[in-house]
Amino acid sequence: METVLSNLYIGVTLASILLLVGLGLTFTFGQMGVINMAHGEFIMAGAYVPYVLQTTLFEHARGTAVLVAFPVAFVVAGLMGALLERVVLRRMHGRPLDTLLVTFGVSLMLQQLAKDLFSAENKEVVTPTWLRGQWHLGGVTLTHTRLFVLLVVVATVAAVWVFLSRLAAGRRMRAVMQNRQLAAVSGLPTGRVDTLTFFLGSGLAGIAGVAVSLIGSIGTTTGTAYVLSAFLVVIVGGLGKLRGVVLAALFLGVINAYVEHATSSTIGKAAVFAFVILFLQLRPNGIVTFQTRGLAA
Amino acid sequence: MSDLETAPPPRGAELSPEPDVVDVPEVVRRRRTPMAMLVPGSQSPWPGRIAFVAFAAALFALPGVLGQSSEVRQWAEWLCYAMVAVGLDLAWGYGGMLALGQGLFFGLGAYAMGMHLSLEQVPKGSLPSFMSLYSDYKTLPALWRPFQTFWMSAAIAVVLPMLIAGLLGLLVFKRRIRGPYFAILTQATAVIFALVLIGNLKLTAGFNGLTGFTKIFGRNKYAPGTDTWLFQIAAVGLLAVLAAAMKIVGSRYGKLLQATRDSEDRVRFLGYDPALVKTVGFAVAAGMAGLAGAVAAPVIGIVSPGQFDFLPSILLVCWVAVGGRGKLWGAVLGALLVNWLRVTVSAARPNDWQYFQGLLFVLVLAFMPGGLAGFLRAGWQSVATRLGRAS
Repeated sequence: METVLSNLYIGVTLASILLLVGLGLTFTFGQMGVINMAHGEFIMAGAYVPYVLQTTLFEHARGTAVLVAFPVAFVVAGLMGALLERVVLRRMHGRPLDTLLVTFGVSLMLQQLAKDLFSAENKEVVTPTWLRGQWHLGGVTLTHTRLFVLLVVVATVAAVWVFLSRLAAGRRMRAVMQNRQLAAVSGLPTGRVDTLTFFLGSGLAGIAGVAVSLIGSIGTTTGTAYVLSAFLVVIVGGLGKLRGVVLAALFLGVINAYVEHATSSTIGKAAVFAFVILFLQLRPNGIVTFQTRGLAA
Repeated sequence: MSDLETAPPPRGAELSPEPDVVDVPEVVRRRRTPMAMLVPGSQSPWPGRIAFVAFAAALFALPGVLGQSSEVRQWAEWLCYAMVAVGLDLAWGYGGMLALGQGLFFGLGAYAMGMHLSLEQVPKGSLPSFMSLYSDYKTLPALWRPFQTFWMSAAIAVVLPMLIAGLLGLLVFKRRIRGPYFAILTQATAVIFALVLIGNLKLTAGFNGLTGFTKIFGRNKYAPGTDTWLFQIAAVGLLAVLAAAMKIVGSRYGKLLQATRDSEDRVRFLGYDPALVKTVGFAVAAGMAGLAGAVAAPVIGIVSPGQFDFLPSILLVCWVAVGGRGKLWGAVLGALLVNWLRVTVSAARPNDWQYFQGLLFVLVLAFMPGGLAGFLRAGWQSVATRLGRAS
């Protein structure tokens, strides 16, 4: 029973990070058909933010640095995303597969940039004192860092939900996502909405990066591993739907944790992939789909 | 597969053998001069055939020109990548399927031949050297047994990738999963393949991979001429793959494949099954990648998971994009040119290659979607049209 619950805990924290990464991907994918291979590098950028803060401005307040890192990482990664959208992706409308490769080119450059700036070796973010420790709950060990990550994710997702459902900017975003032409003829500035979407999606990756830096060491390829799993989350979850991504991230994260515990890490990844293929046999468009008459794939 | 060939074509859809039904540039229709044959789209098979022979001649002359055996071996490796690129171009450029996991098939081929080579190094019936280090196997594991003979290994290297691609293709295409979804799923296959290889240390030598091939098909690796010999094998392989791809592209099936790329729904309404068309294309591409892997194993001299991970797979796609998708020679050009650039630029400025490469991909894909082939073709078109008119 205890191991079952411990694995659930590990699975849910993994799922929560996948969720943050996947949310950004699904917004840009759902709205602009862009598969952003550089998304992983936005995670990396976010992960380096607490490291940079701890070694420069907040050298004597390393705990505070982690808290400050969240909004800073959001803005840094968000600006990188907005810049990418403005400079390159805007010119490539309607060529989703090409944007995939273009963003891959960008990701190569960003990785090299990180290598030049921070050297190739992995860095550690110092865990704040108030995050060291764990609770024991009926035999299950809850480490504080993972619990904190979970709380941050829940708060972020709640904020995203409020943004999408209650604020005008969020409604505009959803409108463009569901029907770009109709949104455009209704007078929405779709170009500006696109930039905002990219800012938001990339910013979420930045927050995910800070969370990742609390769990393990960070390096120039930190983002890659997460982003590949997050792509699968997006596929299973369905395009541009908050609910679908939440469910898919939970599914995949928990399955991964259980199979990994029962067998090995590699079999766990293979099992997740097999699950995705099987799932797509049942629901090719993901868990949650738009009701649409469009033929777009 | 047989379904595809025996299915009666819908009425009125038979392709007329007369070339004048197809879209022929005005110049060609007016006068059949020798120069007009050179106009792109002239439907004449001769420019392609002549170019093919010229390319073959250039390939076999190359080792003599290069001289140094390390360079010859390097070029032989690139020829293997070019083989994968041709298959990828077939799937992506002609079939519209962005296969981001060709590393899986390339790797399967490479491991099949690598396992055979590992067994060649030790006396018949004994275990490959890494196995006595990492494992407690007493006899050869069942997985390794088929690789004792060369022909069996070669057959597995090509057939196994085709079977896996066929199965995956059917599962995916039947459910009409396409575009970016297909790309990501194939990418995941390559990642998982590498993970499984690393995870099974006892059977695959894990992260280090198979190496130490001093005896290669009865020859000594260090003997003079072995590099040139391997280069020639790679060259023959590339030419065979290229010829097969040219044949496929020109065939009825090739037209169907391109039609599926351009309008899958219309192909379906005409009575064909696009899922089957795409599956065959994907499987052929996988077979070519498998063959390339089988040749690459002795050429590179090491077979390890890192060579077939997602990064090399997506790099391959980018090479095809730079060379020009939708043109078979574009794929070959891209694979050879980018690799040559990599070695040349890295030698001069080791740290800047990644920036250069990333920038190259961004610029070509954003501003020159046809790649180099498209660029050269446009230039050639204007020159050749003028020549055709003048003669």
